[in-house]
Amino acid sequence: MVANFASKRLGKELQKIQSSLPPGITLVSAENFEEWLLDIQVLDQNPLYQDQTYRLRFRFGSSYPIEPPEVTFVKKGDRSIPMHPHIYSNGIICLDLLGQQGWSPVQNVESVCMSIQSMLTGNNKNERPPGDEEFVRSNKQRPRDIDFYYHDNAV
Amino acid sequence: MDSDDEYMSALSSEDDIALDDSDNDDLSGGEEFDFDDEPPDLGIQKDDSQKKRAAYDISFKVYRPQDIQKQQDDLINEVNMILDIRKEEAAILLRHFRWNKERLIEDYMDKPRQVLEAAGLAQNGAKPPRLETIPGFVCDICCEDAPGLQSFAIKCGHRYCVDCYRHYLAQKIKEEGEAARIQCPSDGCNLIIDARSLDILMPSDLTERYHTLLNRTFVEDKETLKWCPAPDCQNAVECGVKKKDLDKVVPTVQCACGYRFCFGCILSDHQPAPCELVKRWLKKCADDSETANWISANTKECPKCNSTIEKNGGCNHMTCRKCRHEFCWMCMGLWSEHGTSWYNCNRFEEKSGTEARDAQAKSRVSLERYLHYYNRYANHEQSARLDKDIYVKTEKKMVQLQKESGMSWIEVQYLNSASQALQTCRQTLKWTYAFAFYLARNNLTEIFEDNQKDLEMAVENLSEMFEKPVADLADAKLKVDIMDKTSYCNKRRIILLEDTANNLANGAWTFNVDFMTPTTTSGSSSRR
Repeated sequence: MVANFASKRLGKELQKIQSSLPPGITLVSAENFEEWLLDIQVLDQNPLYQDQTYRLRFRFGSSYPIEPPEVTFVKKGDRSIPMHPHIYSNGIICLDLLGQQGWSPVQNVESVCMSIQSMLTGNNKNERPPGDEEFVRSNKQRPRDIDFYYHDNAV
Repeated sequence: MDSDDEYMSALSSEDDIALDDSDNDDLSGGEEFDFDDEPPDLGIQKDDSQKKRAAYDISFKVYRPQDIQKQQDDLINEVNMILDIRKEEAAILLRHFRWNKERLIEDYMDKPRQVLEAAGLAQNGAKPPRLETIPGFVCDICCEDAPGLQSFAIKCGHRYCVDCYRHYLAQKIKEEGEAARIQCPSDGCNLIIDARSLDILMPSDLTERYHTLLNRTFVEDKETLKWCPAPDCQNAVECGVKKKDLDKVVPTVQCACGYRFCFGCILSDHQPAPCELVKRWLKKCADDSETANWISANTKECPKCNSTIEKNGGCNHMTCRKCRHEFCWMCMGLWSEHGTSWYNCNRFEEKSGTEARDAQAKSRVSLERYLHYYNRYANHEQSARLDKDIYVKTEKKMVQLQKESGMSWIEVQYLNSASQALQTCRQTLKWTYAFAFYLARNNLTEIFEDNQKDLEMAVENLSEMFEKPVADLADAKLKVDIMDKTSYCNKRRIILLEDTANNLANGAWTFNVDFMTPTTTSGSSSRR
C-alpha cells in the first residue's frame, strides 16, 4: 500500500513532466518509480556553467513525497559535477530542501530541479565545499543519512 | 549530624527505601529530597530548621512520568484561565516560550497578535478543526482527485487529503521524532499543527509515541529539568543549579532509580571534581593514557620544539622532523657543537645541553606526575566497574551466611551496606585523583591529600575485610569491625566532600590550569 502511495504520485508527476518541462530541464529516463535521471542546464551567461549540461539522479523511497528523494549529480561521459561551494565532487548536494527539515511534501521533481538550477545560477564561486577531499574520501553514507549543517543561506 | 544520618540511611537502604521518605507529605507525587528550592506554588511546608545543609549536598527533586505530565497540565490550565485561551493554544504558546509562564503572560498581555503569530497560531480560530469534502479538490501531495475525497487544512488553509496528512504526521512522529512543533506540510508555511487538529488526524497507533515525545520536549525545554541517564529510567530530575554555577558546585543528584549523576554534565557522579575539570581530565586521558607509558620508556623530546622522538637508527645525530633542529641523542646538545669528536660526548657542563636536559626532565616529571594520578584514578575506576560483580557476590554471601550461621536476613544486611559504601567511596576516590592532578601545591592541597589518604586507607581496609571467606564473616567480632569501618568510610567521605565543596564555593582552590576559560570547540564546517 505504501509503495502505491509513491507510485501514484510519481505517475502523475511523470505525466506532467512528459508533456512539459521548464526551459533547461530535460527528462533522460524514468523507467520505474525508483530512479529517474534528468539533465539540467544553466540558462544565463554564468561563465562557470555556460554550455554545460549536468545530470541529476533522483532516487525515491516508498514514502515519497512525505520523505524527500535522494538527489545527486552523476558523472557520466561529458556530464561532470558542477563547481559549487555546496556541491561535493562526488555529486552530493548540500541543500536544505533535500533534508528532512527543509523538505515539504508539496515539492516535486520539477521544483527540485528548478531549485538546483537557481542554486547554480546564483553562484559565482569556482570552488568546492570546505573539506571536500576528506569528505569524498571518507564518506560511505547515503546522502540522506548525512547530517548537513546549513551554515550559509546566501549561496 | 542530622544530614549524616539521612545520608547513611540512604546508603544503607534498598532502592525503595529512598522512596519511602518518612516525612514525605508532598502533593505532586514527586520524590522529595530537598526543600530549599521548592517552587512556592506547590504549597509544601517542611520543617528543616534543624537540618544543616552540607556544602556538597544539592537540592533536587525527582519527577516520575506522571509527575511530568501533571506539571505540564497544571501550567496549561493556569495559562488557560489567566489568558482565557483554549487549552491547545495555551499548550502551544507555553512550548513556544519554553514553559516560561511569566514571560508568556507578560508578552501576551502586551501584544497578543505578535505572540500568537510567532508561535504559529494565526488569529481567529472560531471554527473547530474538522475534515471536509470539497468538490473538485485535488491533493497537492498525492495528486488524488477522486470525488468525495476527505481533506483537511489548519488555519492557513493549505489543504491536503487525510491520507497524506496522516502519512506526513507518521513520518514526523515516527521517523523524525517531532511532536511539539510539527508544521503545516506546505512549503514555507510555519504554522504549527495544534493539538486538537492532531487529535482528529492522529493514527491511533501513534498517540502513545506522540505523547512520549511531547513529554520529552517539556523536559528538554526546561533548563531546570534533565532526564535521568540510567538505561530504561523514565524519570526526570529537577535541580536549580545553573550552568554558570558549575565552577562553584558539583551538583550530584540521585534519581529514584538509584542512579547518581551530575546534573551539570550528565556524567555519572564525579564529586568532588567540578565539571570543567572532569571534561579536561577525560580528554587528557583519552589523549594520553594508552601511549603515555610507552612514550616515557622509549622516547625523548626534541630540545627545541618538544616533539616526541623515537630513535630508530644507530646514529646519534638527530634531526627533528618537525622543526629540523639538529641535536645529539646522548647529551641532547646542539649537533653543531659536536664537531668531529662527538663520541666522547663530554659536554655535560655545556649550557645548551643542560638546558635541553632540563626541558626534557621537566616534561618527564610532568608525565610521571600525570601517570601517578592516572594510575590511581584508573585503579578506582576498575574497582567501580567491578561493583556489579561485587554486589552479586555480596548477595550470594548473604544467603550463604544466613544458611551457615543461622543469622536472619536483617542481621546480614551489614554486608550490603558495606558493599554500597565501597562503591560510593571508590567513585569519590577516583575523582579525587583527577581533582588533585589539577591542584596547585599549597596548604589546602595538603589537607585535601590527608583527607584523601584517610578515606583511601579506610576503603582498602574495608575492602579487605569484606572479601574474607564466609566462615570468617560469621564471627561476631568481624561483623562489628565491618560495620564500624563502613560507617567510618562514609564519614571520611563526607568530610572530604564537605571540605572540597566549601573551598570550591568560596573559590579557595588554586588550580594549575585556568578553568574559567572554556576549552575551545572546533569551529563550524559545512557538515557535522
